[in-house]
Amino acid sequence: MDFETFLWTTFGAFCTLAIFSFLYKDNPFYKFAEHLMVGTATGYFSVLLWHNSLYPNLFAKLADGNWYMLWLNSSAPWYLIPGLLGLLMWTRFSKQYSWMSRWPMALYIGISAGLAIPLEMSNRVNKQLYAMMSDISWGNFFGSGLFDPISGLSQVIILVGAIAALAYFFFSKAHTGAFGGLAKFGIWILMIGFGASFGYTVMARISLFIERVQFLNRSWIQVAFDSSNTNHHSGYIIAFLVVAMAILAYIVREIVAHLKKSENIS
Amino acid sequence: MKPLLITVSLLSLMTAASFAQSDPPVEQPMATDSTMVASTPSITPPAPVSSLEAKDSPDDHGHSITLSWEPSADDGAGAATVTSYVIYHSTSPEGPFDSVGSAISGATTFTHSSAKESDAAGFLADYVDRYYRIDAVTADQTIRTPSSVVGPVQSSGQWYNDGRTPVAVAVAFFGLLSLFFLKRAKAGADLYVRPLGGIEAVDEAIGRATEMGKPILYVLGLGTASDISTIASFTILGRVAKRVAEYQTHLIVPCYDPIVMAVAQETVKAAYMDAGRPDDYKEDMVYFLTNSQFGYVGAVNGIMLRQLPATNVYMGKFYAESLLLAETGALAGSIQISGTDEVAQIPFFVVACDYTLIGEELYAASAYLGREPLLLGSLKAQDYAKAAVIICALLGALALNIAAASNATWGLTFKEFFKVTN
Repeated sequence: MDFETFLWTTFGAFCTLAIFSFLYKDNPFYKFAEHLMVGTATGYFSVLLWHNSLYPNLFAKLADGNWYMLWLNSSAPWYLIPGLLGLLMWTRFSKQYSWMSRWPMALYIGISAGLAIPLEMSNRVNKQLYAMMSDISWGNFFGSGLFDPISGLSQVIILVGAIAALAYFFFSKAHTGAFGGLAKFGIWILMIGFGASFGYTVMARISLFIERVQFLNRSWIQVAFDSSNTNHHSGYIIAFLVVAMAILAYIVREIVAHLKKSENIS
Repeated sequence: MKPLLITVSLLSLMTAASFAQSDPPVEQPMATDSTMVASTPSITPPAPVSSLEAKDSPDDHGHSITLSWEPSADDGAGAATVTSYVIYHSTSPEGPFDSVGSAISGATTFTHSSAKESDAAGFLADYVDRYYRIDAVTADQTIRTPSSVVGPVQSSGQWYNDGRTPVAVAVAFFGLLSLFFLKRAKAGADLYVRPLGGIEAVDEAIGRATEMGKPILYVLGLGTASDISTIASFTILGRVAKRVAEYQTHLIVPCYDPIVMAVAQETVKAAYMDAGRPDDYKEDMVYFLTNSQFGYVGAVNGIMLRQLPATNVYMGKFYAESLLLAETGALAGSIQISGTDEVAQIPFFVVACDYTLIGEELYAASAYLGREPLLLGSLKAQDYAKAAVIICALLGALALNIAAASNATWGLTFKEFFKVTN
């Protein structure tokens, strides 16, 4: 590993540990990592927006026009309309004209809602309803073939569970009496589903944590402190510097606290 | 559009039929391009595919041709077993023909949607005469028998997608229900909505923040302004902001998406005006943080621990950051109210927040809070639509099982009415 790669890996390890330090409490190392991430991500997003969206979808389309003709002579001048709508967003900086920024927003939300309605209806209602209508495998209960009550039962559970869960989301009727019982069964079904989902996701998070620990161990510690590596002394130097900085930070903090206390007394 | 389609389809069929009936495939003089038959005289070539048809793909936006055929008689059997089919395309019946794809043995359809003939947009150009041929190929790829050429056929888009008729029916049904209940709500009918625990706690939480002199943190999640949950969240934000303005508490709304930020600023501003305190509204109450998921989480976590809000409200679309946010909020000792329609994230909110609006409760909350006729009418319509879904599901399951018991297919026909394709 060359020294440059070693330095960046060490910086990555430092940022990882700085983020983990949040588990103790908010501290300057965490603040540094947080601000670094927010800053770089925002900068990265701005560049990405230009390269993936603004340039290919607007400027490239108008590229064959002339700026002094306001690109009206380009082969696709209608692209000026979304460009103009985008510019209207800048009127937010003016108190007098900021109302104009509502036009592109209204258009955006209106189009989005219009697109979302049939999509949501299709995915969340029609397709779910179609899946709920299942042919329960009575044959498995009563005769021919293998006796397999579980598969038959699962189809019943899906149908009854879906109906009970829907009953829970009924807002026009109080959850009392028999209907309340059905709704309660519905929330139990939902909670069982949530429990399974919780366990599944926690396992995924644990695997992310393992990946970070492996990074610290394999990509950093084993390289930084491996005597066969030409840069292994740097690892010890960095470890010393980190400990020294931590001690220094502690001493400065104590002195500042002491000074503040003295000021308050005086 | 329809007569044109029918004409094109008929022409395709007639051409296909005329070609299919004319020459026996092996005897056809098809060697017009270099990829053609490299026959070995000592081995019998496989039988060609039959009944080849090429049609404009139905119910699409164009740029696609669907081919169908009857497999070769030697598909999976015979002297020269066919292992695959190679599809050739040309814009002239004389060729040259170019390969546009292949299908494994047993296949009977192929969709030609993009290839070398694509237009500038990356699609197959519409309204261009196209001709197709399929070669039945044996395992060693050297012996192949071409089919007759079919065409011309043109691709075109359709204005109406037959496969989505159930969606149109459902949207129309729901729309009519909404209009009916909207009219009732406007007429002053008392439309009952059961209490929602999480929403009732909002006022209490704002009161607590006022007493403690601490801010309220409202997180809209990672959704864009086009997500339904984010749109529902704007309504709740309006209500929360109005109460905050009335109580003169401080509100913090860090945003992940710039458009969401702009809409949230408008919402909060309008709420402050409604509360009669437009001067108390400050632009920096609602601000953009970053468009990076975990950068956003890191920054919001920092806000929670540094500004110690009395109440954290998470409403909208959330992903992996849900537990990181809610856990930090719990550590900071804030009252937490959450709501999302992301099923995978609800468990995290349930374990880490004081109140959680599950799925559709988020949408209902905006109607419950606002009590506006439009939202109440829509909420009522949703309930009746759910009742219709329950009835249809029960009827469908019943029909399927009764029909299956008597070996009839009408149950399946009933179920197919609800099927959405494409």
